[in-house]
Amino acid sequence: MTQLSWDLQLLNVCAALLLLLAFAMLSQRRIVTLVDLLAMQGAVLCIATVLVAWRTGKSHLYVSALLTLGLKVLFLPWLLRRLIRRLEVYWDTEPMDNIGGTMLLGLLIVIFAFGLAQPISALASTSTKSTIGVAVAVTLLAFLTMITRKKAMSQIVGFLSMENGLFFAAMSATYGMPMVVEFGVALDVLVAMLVLGVFFFQIRERFESLDLRHFESLKEDR
Amino acid sequence: MSVTELLTQSLEMIAAVAAAPLFLGWINQCRAWLQNRSAPSVLQPYRVIHKLFHKDAVIAANASPLFRGAPYIVFGVMVVAAAIIPSMGTRLPFTVAADAIALVGLLATARVFMALAAMDIGTAFGTLGARREMMVGFLAEPALLMVIFVASLISATTSLPKISEHLTTEAIGLYPSLAFTAVAFTMVLLAENARIPIDNPSTHLELTMIHEAMLLEYSARHLALMEWAAALKLFNYACIGFALFVPWGIAAGAAAPSALLIAIPVLGLKLLLAGGGLALIETLSAKLRVFRAPEFLATAFLFAVLGLLVHLLLGG
Repeated sequence: MTQLSWDLQLLNVCAALLLLLAFAMLSQRRIVTLVDLLAMQGAVLCIATVLVAWRTGKSHLYVSALLTLGLKVLFLPWLLRRLIRRLEVYWDTEPMDNIGGTMLLGLLIVIFAFGLAQPISALASTSTKSTIGVAVAVTLLAFLTMITRKKAMSQIVGFLSMENGLFFAAMSATYGMPMVVEFGVALDVLVAMLVLGVFFFQIRERFESLDLRHFESLKEDR
Repeated sequence: MSVTELLTQSLEMIAAVAAAPLFLGWINQCRAWLQNRSAPSVLQPYRVIHKLFHKDAVIAANASPLFRGAPYIVFGVMVVAAAIIPSMGTRLPFTVAADAIALVGLLATARVFMALAAMDIGTAFGTLGARREMMVGFLAEPALLMVIFVASLISATTSLPKISEHLTTEAIGLYPSLAFTAVAFTMVLLAENARIPIDNPSTHLELTMIHEAMLLEYSARHLALMEWAAALKLFNYACIGFALFVPWGIAAGAAAPSALLIAIPVLGLKLLLAGGGLALIETLSAKLRVFRAPEFLATAFLFAVLGLLVHLLLGG
């Protein structure tokens, strides 16, 4: 086996950690822990961005690493925790009964994502192309997290984790998006969070719960 | 087959059989310290075994020869397993005969005989323990095999000594795949050896017990052999872990006898650390409900498969 340079090895470790955290989120029942995991995922993403920036010498990646740190590691988790406190859902758990099955499904998704990413990796000219598969897998796993959850809070966390995966995909395929796009996405996520925060209070007032299963039945049936 | 190889082989087997209760005693002592209890002596497992060997055996009237034979079979299997796990040197005459997959089969043999013996008498507890043990076993085995496959893929061989040799000679690098599989292996070790998240080794009459429930009908020398075999199994698992993940310090290749002199204290040090680590894990975690055990082992399987996928994709 040829030995990779240490920074690529570290990047691979980061990619593996991202995948691990995606699975941890998939299997986590407690909503507060989900937020912690999201913050951790952001931190790993930030480290990976700094590594790529250091390796390629692209200074705009340092800016996006800072953006990741500020937004995804510090601000959004803080906002989510505050929301959780004010909505009084601190001890909420997801009623999930088949975690083992969900995780095995997650494994299939990872295999699918790796297969999907192979032609993209073959075309990409970046030195980080081997991590594209991981990025696609993280995105799809976050999607699965959203699908399997019933509570509004954990769906939001899944959504943010999906954004993390997309960010990582952009970074490994093309060393990050243009600065304008990145700022735009960051702003979108921020606004979405703020709007949804208000929206949650409305949902709770209307349905007296943040359980989205209530949305599935029509008004007359209730 | 040189004299050194034979010497290494016999030394390893004797050391495993002799030191297994000591390792168990060390774990128990660490656990007691961590839980603010006054610790039993490290030699306590030896005293228990000694005491049991001097008692008269009581055997149920309807016990079949299988019940009497099982302790000897289980103990024998564990000694054979100890012979094919490289704990001190990698040039072992016995390991030519059996690779890592055969080793998993050997451990399964011991489990089957134990479960059969537990069901033999026909008491409710024995059957209950046997069924649970088989459930844990059938979930843990794929995870263990997957762990071994990852290590085999990295070293391109399924022979445990060759894997160890490969890892000791390879330049030190970061292997995320090995880190994942190490976590998976630790979880399998806890489950297979009736340690805390799955089973509580220090309880003797509890509805949730697994391993102890199977031994309820045994007494005297049979019980002593079963307990000794359990200690040996734990020792073996620890040594498999060392061989796969931290093989440094082992007498690799056709080494001089002097390399063995270094390998012995290194093994002792690894066991000391591993025992402390196990005690820490057991102190920090609570016992899971039996119905949560599949979830725990599915996670172990997941870690192992993730290790495999990460290895295939990232090549590390």
